[in-house]
Amino acid sequence: MEMRALKYISLGKAQRFFFIASVVLLLYSLFGILRLYPIFQMFRLSFYDFDLIGLKKEFIGLRNYLDLFHDTNFHIALRNTLLVVAISVPVTVGLSFVLALFYNARLRLRSFYQLIYFIPAIMPTAAVSLIWRWMYDPGYGLLNYILSWFGIGPVPWLVNEHIALYSVVLLWVWKWVGYYAILFLVGLQNIPEMYKDAAKVDGANWWQLLHYVILPLLKPVTLFILIIASTWAFRIFVPVYILTLGSQGAPGNAVRVIVYDMYENFFVFFRVGYASAEGFILFLIVAAFTFAQLRLTRASEVEGGV
Amino acid sequence: MKTVMYFRKFVLYLLLSAGAAFMILPFIWMLSTAFKPPQEVLSIKPRFIPAHPTLENFYAVFAKAPFGRFILNSTIIAVLSTVSIALTSSLGGFVFAKYRFPGRGLLFWTLIATIMIPPQIFVFPLYLFMRDVGLVDTYLGILAPSLIMGFGLFLMRQTISTIPDELLDSARIDGCSEFRIYWNIILPVIKNAVGALSIYAFITSWGYLLWPLIITNSEELFTVPLGLAVFQKRFTVEYGPMMAACTVATLPLILAFAIFRRRIVESFVLSGLKG
Repeated sequence: MEMRALKYISLGKAQRFFFIASVVLLLYSLFGILRLYPIFQMFRLSFYDFDLIGLKKEFIGLRNYLDLFHDTNFHIALRNTLLVVAISVPVTVGLSFVLALFYNARLRLRSFYQLIYFIPAIMPTAAVSLIWRWMYDPGYGLLNYILSWFGIGPVPWLVNEHIALYSVVLLWVWKWVGYYAILFLVGLQNIPEMYKDAAKVDGANWWQLLHYVILPLLKPVTLFILIIASTWAFRIFVPVYILTLGSQGAPGNAVRVIVYDMYENFFVFFRVGYASAEGFILFLIVAAFTFAQLRLTRASEVEGGV
Repeated sequence: MKTVMYFRKFVLYLLLSAGAAFMILPFIWMLSTAFKPPQEVLSIKPRFIPAHPTLENFYAVFAKAPFGRFILNSTIIAVLSTVSIALTSSLGGFVFAKYRFPGRGLLFWTLIATIMIPPQIFVFPLYLFMRDVGLVDTYLGILAPSLIMGFGLFLMRQTISTIPDELLDSARIDGCSEFRIYWNIILPVIKNAVGALSIYAFITSWGYLLWPLIITNSEELFTVPLGLAVFQKRFTVEYGPMMAACTVATLPLILAFAIFRRRIVESFVLSGLKG
């Protein structure tokens, strides 16, 4: 009897080991080939002079990185990307927070509004970018037509090099504001009523309630939204590609962003090593940004004692 | 007091409605343009309801590019990607949540760390690998990077951790194999979370442009977003057919959203907040 039970257990153990090993092996072969190896490869190739056709493969140390330092296109791309982040993140996050406060006010149609604002988030970026390109058309676009009612315009949305980048940002804000608003709303609804009631008993007005109760308690959600909003803005590619594709007189450099520059270096100039160095820099920037945001919130949390 | 409150509500509705109009205006504009004949599209005083509605833009779309094929391709790839992500994430989540083995933490967090790597970066070196193994311009090549999702693995482990161990032990005593436990016990319990992950995976997969743009050459393999991008090159200024193409690309999602709106929103919230 005892022997049989023992045998059963060890059989189960072998079977369990086999199960665990095969699942881990499956995951590691997929993630290994599709994520880990490419990243390692990108890091390695960033030290090579390597072209896409495979004629050259020469170790050149940090040369790619040094060249990027002096590359005007890269400077423009970096500056534009940082601008997109610096404008779109505060605007989108701020607007979505206000929107969430509106949602949270007890309005009858609030779930209807939530759905309307959410629609752009699920639409393919390529399709909405194409629609916006038409909205932005200087002669026949809807935006300029509407603005003409108020005597404004015509605005050269995509044609003017000083405006084009802001047009990209506007599209980006439009796409994501409804999504972040819903995330904020979930955060707002998770705040226990008793905190708000306690503040009201103490005679706090609406602003004080917002400042001393709601905002501190929303910190984790806000941090999270800030992180995804900025990572996504750093990676922006499709709107830039679609809005400027194939059009003569496109503002070219005015909307050049890092991923676009990488794409061009890789597939137009075949400079694989160079594009890899660029990708690695973008990776470092995004990681540093995320890390800084995490640290900053942690620090203020300790201070505030929340 | 009461008038102030009513006034405040009125302002609130006004602001929300103005914003909502701005959100759906591009879609209305798209629909409106898609049904207009060319001379109406290029009008300085555009109307929302076409004076002479026509289907010619849609004919032009399907005549100039195999959009039916693009939709089929996108659907096949999104479905396979969704199934694969749901299976690999839940299997992996189960193993990392419910078994103790040496190196578990390190093995798990290494996979999760891949979430930090922007897809827009790793697709370039991945292309080199795909080229070396001859998967450029193939279905499997387009599908490959969407077979897994680091975040899905994380979400599934979180969800499965909440299932009590007793449930699994009792199944084991009944002689269930580990895979049967996963299939017959774990999956039914977490089906809502798997559903949410699947919706999210499907919608994101449907929208990818950069990877298909890199990995495909032949038109038979184009996905909808890639079809739109290439189509745009061909119709530089013909916005009528272009908006018809956009209608074809977005309408399935708008319809799906009209039917499953709550579930779609929930799946995005879940995917957002747990990440």
